[in-house]
Amino acid sequence: MKIVLQNLTKVFPARNKKLDKEVIAVNNFDLEIPDGKLIGLLGPSGCGKSTTLYMISGLQKPTSGKIFFGDNDVTELSTENRGVGLVFQNYALYPHMTVKQNILFPLQNLKGKDKLTKDQMLERALYAAKLVQIDDLMERKPSELSGGQQQRVAIARALVKFPRVLLLDEPLSNLDARLRLQTREEIRRIQKKTGITTVFVTHDQEEAMSISDMIVVMKLGVIQQVGKPQDVYDDPVNLFVAKFLGTPPINVFNGEVKGEKLYIDNNAVLDVKGISDQPVTVGIRPEGFILDENGPMVCKLNNVEVMGRDVSIVSTSEASVNPVIRSIINSDNKVAVNNETIRFSLKPHKVFVFNRETENRIYFEVK
Amino acid sequence: MVDSKQQWKAWIYLAPAILLLLVFTVWPIINTVRMAFLEGYRGLEAVGGQSYSFGFGNFEKVIHYHKFLNCLKTTVLLCVLTVPISTFLALIIAVALNNIKFLQKGLQTIFFLPYVTNSIAIGMVFAAMFNIVGSFYGTENEIIATAGIINNVIEFFGGEPVNWINYGSTYTANIIVMTVYIVWNALPFKILILLGGLQSINKQYYDAAKIDGTPRRRVFTRITVPLLSPMLAYVIITGFISGFKEYSSIVGIFGEGMGPADDPGRLNTIVGFIYDALSTNSQGRASAAALILFGIILVVTLINTQVSKKRVHY
Repeated sequence: MKIVLQNLTKVFPARNKKLDKEVIAVNNFDLEIPDGKLIGLLGPSGCGKSTTLYMISGLQKPTSGKIFFGDNDVTELSTENRGVGLVFQNYALYPHMTVKQNILFPLQNLKGKDKLTKDQMLERALYAAKLVQIDDLMERKPSELSGGQQQRVAIARALVKFPRVLLLDEPLSNLDARLRLQTREEIRRIQKKTGITTVFVTHDQEEAMSISDMIVVMKLGVIQQVGKPQDVYDDPVNLFVAKFLGTPPINVFNGEVKGEKLYIDNNAVLDVKGISDQPVTVGIRPEGFILDENGPMVCKLNNVEVMGRDVSIVSTSEASVNPVIRSIINSDNKVAVNNETIRFSLKPHKVFVFNRETENRIYFEVK
Repeated sequence: MVDSKQQWKAWIYLAPAILLLLVFTVWPIINTVRMAFLEGYRGLEAVGGQSYSFGFGNFEKVIHYHKFLNCLKTTVLLCVLTVPISTFLALIIAVALNNIKFLQKGLQTIFFLPYVTNSIAIGMVFAAMFNIVGSFYGTENEIIATAGIINNVIEFFGGEPVNWINYGSTYTANIIVMTVYIVWNALPFKILILLGGLQSINKQYYDAAKIDGTPRRRVFTRITVPLLSPMLAYVIITGFISGFKEYSSIVGIFGEGMGPADDPGRLNTIVGFIYDALSTNSQGRASAAALILFGIILVVTLINTQVSKKRVHY
């Protein structure tokens, strides 16, 4: 089921007209979600990603704009008729029902021609439970389950009525780090197996990058960039997207372009063909640094963190916007720890130049 | 832990509370039990130096006493009638109040008003409402001149006025009036507790139910009531406890006669029985009845908690 969002806008009225302004949670949102894909809505808290999800589910009504499922306009359709499954952030499992009763609950609401017999319901519930591998926990209460198991029950409950669209609100935020890793693989597997168009919301870029077919980066209710995770990472359209994606985060510098050369701290560090002379903001990915004794980029060395496969070099520079510069290089390189300064040359495709004022990307030719 | 040298300080701090509790709570309980087992105990005679034999005489007297069984019957009847009705009504009203936004605070205040009003005063107003002759105590010769508002309403719809509480009224009519009054009086506290419970239920359960297209009735029976079950259990248990201690409501409506003028004492309750026994200086009998009441409440509460262990979720 393809989902199309057209000029979707949600305005929350001011609670106190004298003190507050109305809040535009989602602003003119245009997006087409292809059938059978896993889409991650990504952004810092308060960027309107959950509101967008709730509008797709029908729990919140858009102020303006339209929502299409396939070719059907569902904007005015009530939530139960949309055929969506929603997994809440804190799962919202009914605490007084067993796992089985929780999963059966949506089926028992079906009416008319969709009505199922008891055996059919049990069969469907068992199918959903097996899909998320909780079929041996059917008689337990939610309070007797671990966080990860509860999460699976919530997914099973959302899947049991074979929804056309599966929506997940911060599905991993309540899990510990190890479980998070495991569960996101699980979500990916279930989505692949069922082929249900899935939209999930997260503020964790790593989570979004790792499992999504496509990510949508949002800021203050406005889409910043849509694309495959790797494409968005490699080719951010503005400073916000560049800063939001990647761990460790991108290093940001104040720089200047003079004569098609990029200057950081008065050193010409890179040729940037096609950019006119102007002050710029420069973003360099941690992996964009190459250890080079004669490199043009000079930084003060703070310390070196060895992380097995990689070495993380922490240094400082006058021009850096962040307190420290973090660069990651292969551990085969020997770093002279006792030096006061360290020199790098840069990988051109890992360096992004942004307009100082608008923070939009300025592209240059990479040889 | 407090240093043992400092312990006497702790005891001094605790002393006022302990002293008061000993004098006004612990000793009366012990003394009640003592008096209950001293056959035919009377306070004034005991002061005069009379001694009593130890035994179950008081209890035997009480349960063979025709009046006591009457009191027990009325008390149990009122309990069994009022607790389910008031709990059910309170649940409906609390859910309704929780669902409206407009005037919610104002209506909440109105529903809570009976709680802060003296129950004798409310009883007298109810007596006036159910009155048939305008005067409080009817007699054989009184002429029906004016009627209370309830009878006015009944007559307005073409019904026959009912003698609710006056001279010659029936036991059934009396019990109906008492039930209405006690239910009305018990509502505010229950509404308050249940409303608090409702407001602490996570809204996401309702969102989840909405996604699944759950019909309203099913949301109520399968989600709201189970999630409210701890509060419901609390409300029912305290309802039974205060129900078994019913007394002032009857005084409010029927006065100290505890019944219509032609049959005083008809609506007496166990607490009323204890009061009567005390006022006739039969402390032994009163203590025995008090212990019986304690026993009944204990058993009912134990049953309640046992049932709620199965029915109250999480």
